[in-house]
Amino acid sequence: MDKLHLDKHISQQFDMDLEQLQTKLLEMGGVVEQQIIDAVKSIENADSQLAEKVIQVEDDVDLREVALDEDCTMVLACRQPTASDLRMVLTVTKMTRDLERMGDEAQKIAKMAISLHNNGAAPGGYEEARHMGALVQQMLRSALDAFARLNVEQALEVARADKQVDREYKSAMREIMTYMMEDPRSISRSMNILWTLRSLERIGDHTRNIAEHIIFLVKGYDVRHQSVADIENKIKGA
Amino acid sequence: MEAVIQKKSEKQGIDEVMPSNEPQDIQVGDKTVGKPFADNPKMAMRNVNVHYGDKQAIFDVNLDIAKNEVIAMIGPSGCGKSTFLRCLNRMNDTIESCRVTGQFILDDQDIYHPKQDIVPLRARVGMVFQKPNPFPKSIYENVAYGPKIHGLASRRVELDEIVEVSLRKAGLWEEVKDRLHSAGTGLSGGQQQRLCIARSIAVSPEVILMDEPCSALDPIATAKIEELIAELKQNFTIAIVTHSMQQAARVSDRTAYFHLGKLIEVNDTKRVFTNPEHDLTEAYITGRFG
Repeated sequence: MDKLHLDKHISQQFDMDLEQLQTKLLEMGGVVEQQIIDAVKSIENADSQLAEKVIQVEDDVDLREVALDEDCTMVLACRQPTASDLRMVLTVTKMTRDLERMGDEAQKIAKMAISLHNNGAAPGGYEEARHMGALVQQMLRSALDAFARLNVEQALEVARADKQVDREYKSAMREIMTYMMEDPRSISRSMNILWTLRSLERIGDHTRNIAEHIIFLVKGYDVRHQSVADIENKIKGA
Repeated sequence: MEAVIQKKSEKQGIDEVMPSNEPQDIQVGDKTVGKPFADNPKMAMRNVNVHYGDKQAIFDVNLDIAKNEVIAMIGPSGCGKSTFLRCLNRMNDTIESCRVTGQFILDDQDIYHPKQDIVPLRARVGMVFQKPNPFPKSIYENVAYGPKIHGLASRRVELDEIVEVSLRKAGLWEEVKDRLHSAGTGLSGGQQQRLCIARSIAVSPEVILMDEPCSALDPIATAKIEELIAELKQNFTIAIVTHSMQQAARVSDRTAYFHLGKLIEVNDTKRVFTNPEHDLTEAYITGRFG
């Protein structure tokens, strides 16, 4: 199977059920993406109001997760999906979980922003946070796009981009450790930035998971816990 | 009924009939995709074509059924799956207009060989039908009938034992042991179907063919039959035709998908229901327009 046909069921209601799952997932993805943008912005500007908003949105994300899981349960129970339909339902439940975790990370970043607002700015790391934030946000957008279009190549692109996030995280961490050694009084503020970077790195990992789920959805095989090169070879070989 | 057998099969042994280096994955044009062949076939069918009068029902089907496997045959109505199943113990012989060609090898025996007696063949390849069809006799007689005509028991105690063992294997013994001599037709639908299974296993068959064995049963009786299939697999080779995809997914090791008389795909059941190879299989099992 190279191409997925997610419509054309004899039961049109089944078509609608699956379409609903995709639509709701993309909506949830949009909310989480905005959450990440706002969280990074709240760090940059030490904007505690915006940070509060990010924290509040988390409740909405949680509700969406539960609702989507319920919908998936209903499809499994009522339709007993097989093949691509089954993979779609499984992918939606897995992606929902990753998106919710990303929301949690955005919330953590927002809490760091409030702490920085209250205790004063860190000596550095803002530029890195801004840059990593933009990177993971772009990755998430691209992953959601790949999901909507069932585009394996684009999903692979996202998986590759995660490596860059990891590299940037490591180099930023070294820099922040230098600040901490230079000025031990700044350690707690530097830690806030460090946790922020750590959360962004985790968001990158979850985005990579999403990319892997999309490859499973379209190609039908599990590519978790494999290097990007191995995944590429598998796709080419199949 | 006119069985046209390729001449070479009459002269040659199975080794020549079936090259040992049979291709495991054929994927060309009209050919079946997936794994239609097995390393240890109990039955091997080659170039099977079936006509009803002028109408061709089966087109050039090649398939192995491995020892002790459960193979499920699925496909839309009229796709030829039941016709193919019925060829496996020559049930189609009874249909005047039906013409079967190709090779059907059971172990090393050509079952359509002109000298093949169909009575012992049907003892080796038993069948269970869609609608439970117990004889209008007692439960005991239903099971004892086959062993009697095949001379499998010389004394009453032996026959008693065959009846008990068969009913036990069919999971029916506990329910009927106190009324063995009441009518088989007085049982519930699910019990009748298990009685038919007991009847077919009483003659120690090697292969059991099941043609939609659960479609007239409720979910509980269905679950019992499915449980039974899993147990019977230890001793028998089973081919089952079913309209229930979930049933095929639950009970079988391999699944064969038929479409308009052609065998489209044969693959491990796990593969078929999660990531089928052929578009037509995908369309059918997901309930789409083909």
